[in-house]
Amino acid sequence: MTAILQTRALGKHFGGLSAVSDVNLEVAAGEIHCLIGPNGAGKSTLFKLVAGTYAPSDGEVLFRGENVTRRKTYERVERGMSVKLQVPSVFRELPVAQNLEVALQRKSSGRALEREKQRLLEFLQLQDDADRPAGILSHGQQQWLEIGMAVALEPALLLLDEPTAGMSPFETERTGEMIKRLNAEGMTMLVVEHDMTFVRQIAQRITVLHLGRVFAQGGIDAIIADPRVEEIYLGKGHGH
Amino acid sequence: MSMLRKLNGPQTMGNSRAFWAGFVAMLAIALLYPAVSDPYDVGNVAYLLIFTLTALGLSLMWGYTGMFSFGQTAFFGVAGYSYGVISINLAASGAMTLLCLLGAIAVAALFALLLGYFLIYGRVSGVFFGIVTFATTLALAAFFGQTAGPEWAIGQARFNGFNGMIGMPPLELPWSGDVIVLEGNALYYFVLGLLLVIYLGLRVLVNSRFGNVLVAIREDPLRTELLGYDVRKYQLVAFVIGSSLAALSGGLYTAWGQFIPPASMGLPAAAMPIIWVAFSGRQDLTATMVGTFLLLLMFQTITVYSQQYALILMGFLLLLTVLLVPSGFVYGIARSLSLIGRRDKPGPEPVLRAGAEGPSS
Repeated sequence: MTAILQTRALGKHFGGLSAVSDVNLEVAAGEIHCLIGPNGAGKSTLFKLVAGTYAPSDGEVLFRGENVTRRKTYERVERGMSVKLQVPSVFRELPVAQNLEVALQRKSSGRALEREKQRLLEFLQLQDDADRPAGILSHGQQQWLEIGMAVALEPALLLLDEPTAGMSPFETERTGEMIKRLNAEGMTMLVVEHDMTFVRQIAQRITVLHLGRVFAQGGIDAIIADPRVEEIYLGKGHGH
Repeated sequence: MSMLRKLNGPQTMGNSRAFWAGFVAMLAIALLYPAVSDPYDVGNVAYLLIFTLTALGLSLMWGYTGMFSFGQTAFFGVAGYSYGVISINLAASGAMTLLCLLGAIAVAALFALLLGYFLIYGRVSGVFFGIVTFATTLALAAFFGQTAGPEWAIGQARFNGFNGMIGMPPLELPWSGDVIVLEGNALYYFVLGLLLVIYLGLRVLVNSRFGNVLVAIREDPLRTELLGYDVRKYQLVAFVIGSSLAALSGGLYTAWGQFIPPASMGLPAAAMPIIWVAFSGRQDLTATMVGTFLLLLMFQTITVYSQQYALILMGFLLLLTVLLVPSGFVYGIARSLSLIGRRDKPGPEPVLRAGAEGPSS
C-alpha cells in the first residue's frame, strides 16, 4: 500500500514545552487510521500540524508525495486534504444547504451541484433542515453538517478531529456508520479520537501517542491487546 | 443570462416579483422626479444619492464580509483631493473630467489595496481593523488640515488647510457634439444611473460564488479556509471594492460642490457611514441603500435648523439600533413585513458582532 500522508520526525514546541516530537506517521491510501492517546498526548497538536493550522518546529509533512510543510492550510486543501475540526464550526447564519454549497462550488456548479447537494443532505439526514440556519441545528447535526462540508470537497484524505465529541451514544454510532460508508467508497481518513468504543467501531490501523511521541502503532487487534497501551490509558487514571 | 439570475439569491432580500415590481415603480418615480421638482431640490437629492454609494461599499465589507471598516471617509477624501489635483492641473473639461474622476478613484483604490494588504495580511482583525482604519482617516484629516501654507500644493492645486481645496471643474459629459455640465438635473440622472448599475452589480456579486465565500468568511474565516479558499485574498478584494465605492462618492461629491475639505475625513464624517449602515441593516444591500437615503434626507432637513441636533439625533439612532434592532431598522421592518426574507434566524445579533470577529485567517 502506498502512503498518502507521511510525517518525518515532526515536532512542535511551545516555548520549553514539547507537545509533539519526532513523530513518524504513515497513513496508507484507503485506510481509516486512528490517532489515539490519553489527554495531553499531543493528538490535536499533531492534527493541526498535518492540517497546516500550526507550523512545525521540526520535521516535514508529505502529502501525496509532495512536501507540504510550508504550504498554508488552504493550499493543502487544494491538494486534496479536507479537515473537520473538533469544535463544530459551521456557517451559523447561513442555511444548511448554503453551507454545503460553499464547499460544493469548489468542484461543481449548476445541476451537478444541486444533485450533489441533495445527495449529501440525504446522507447527513438533513433534508428537512436544508433551509434552516445551521446555527439552530443540534450539536450532533452540526458535527454531521461539518463532516458533510469536508466530504463535499471529495478529498483524497479526510482529517477528523474527535468527530463524536459531545455526541450521544446513538449519534456516535451513526457517525461511525457514516465514516465506514465513506471509507467503503474509497476515502482515506485520519481520525483523532479518544472514545475507544468508537475507535473499535471504525479503526483499521492505530497510532498511539503518549507524551508527544509515538508509543505504539499497528492493527486494531494488536493495539487493543497490547498491555502497555492499556496501562497508559487505564493505569494512570486517564480512563476513557 | 446567468448573470441576471444572480440578481436574486440568498444574500439579498427582495427576490420576488412583487419586490421587482416595486423596484420598477420606485425607479419610475425617481426618473420622473425632476419633472415635478425644481432643479435646486433635484441637485440636493443627487447629493444624497452620492453618499449612498459609500454606504453600499461599507455594507459589502462589514455586512457581507465581516470587516468593520471605520475608514470609508479616508478613501472618500483621498479620491476627492485626487480629483482636485488631477483636474486642476490638467485644466480638465469635457470628457477629460470623467477621466480625472476615474484617475481619482484609481488613486484611492491603490491606497485601499496597500492599506488593506498590510492590515489583512498582517492579520489585523476585529475591532483592531476598525481602529486602524479609523486612525487612518483621522490622520489624513489632521494632515490635510495643516496644509494651509502656499508650499502645500501639487502643481496648480493648493490644499488650503482647513478651508479645503477649491476650484476643480464640475463633471462634463460629451453629448452629441456638445457637452453637458453635470449639475442639477443632469447630475441627478448621472448619479441615479451609476447607483442603479452599482446596486444591481453588487446584487449579482453577492449572490455569486464569490459572494457565497464572502458571507462564509463573515461567519467563520477558519472554516472557509478549511474549504480551500484563500480567505485573505477574498477579504482584500472586498475591501478594495468597498473602499472604491467610497472613493466614487468622494470624487462625485468634490465635482458636485467643486470643493473638498479635510472635515470630510474627520470624526463626525467618519462615523456617519457606520450609523447609516447599522441603522439600515448592514447585511442587505437594499436595506442599506433605502435606509441611508432616508437617514440622509432626515439629517439634511434637520441640519437646516441645527447641525448639532442633527448629529445628536444620529448618535441616538445608533444607540436605538444597537439596543432594539441590532440587524438594522430597515432590514428588520422589511423582514417583519415578510418582504420575502427567506432566512429564519435564531434571534437578534449584536450590531458590532460581525465587526468584532472581523477578518482573520
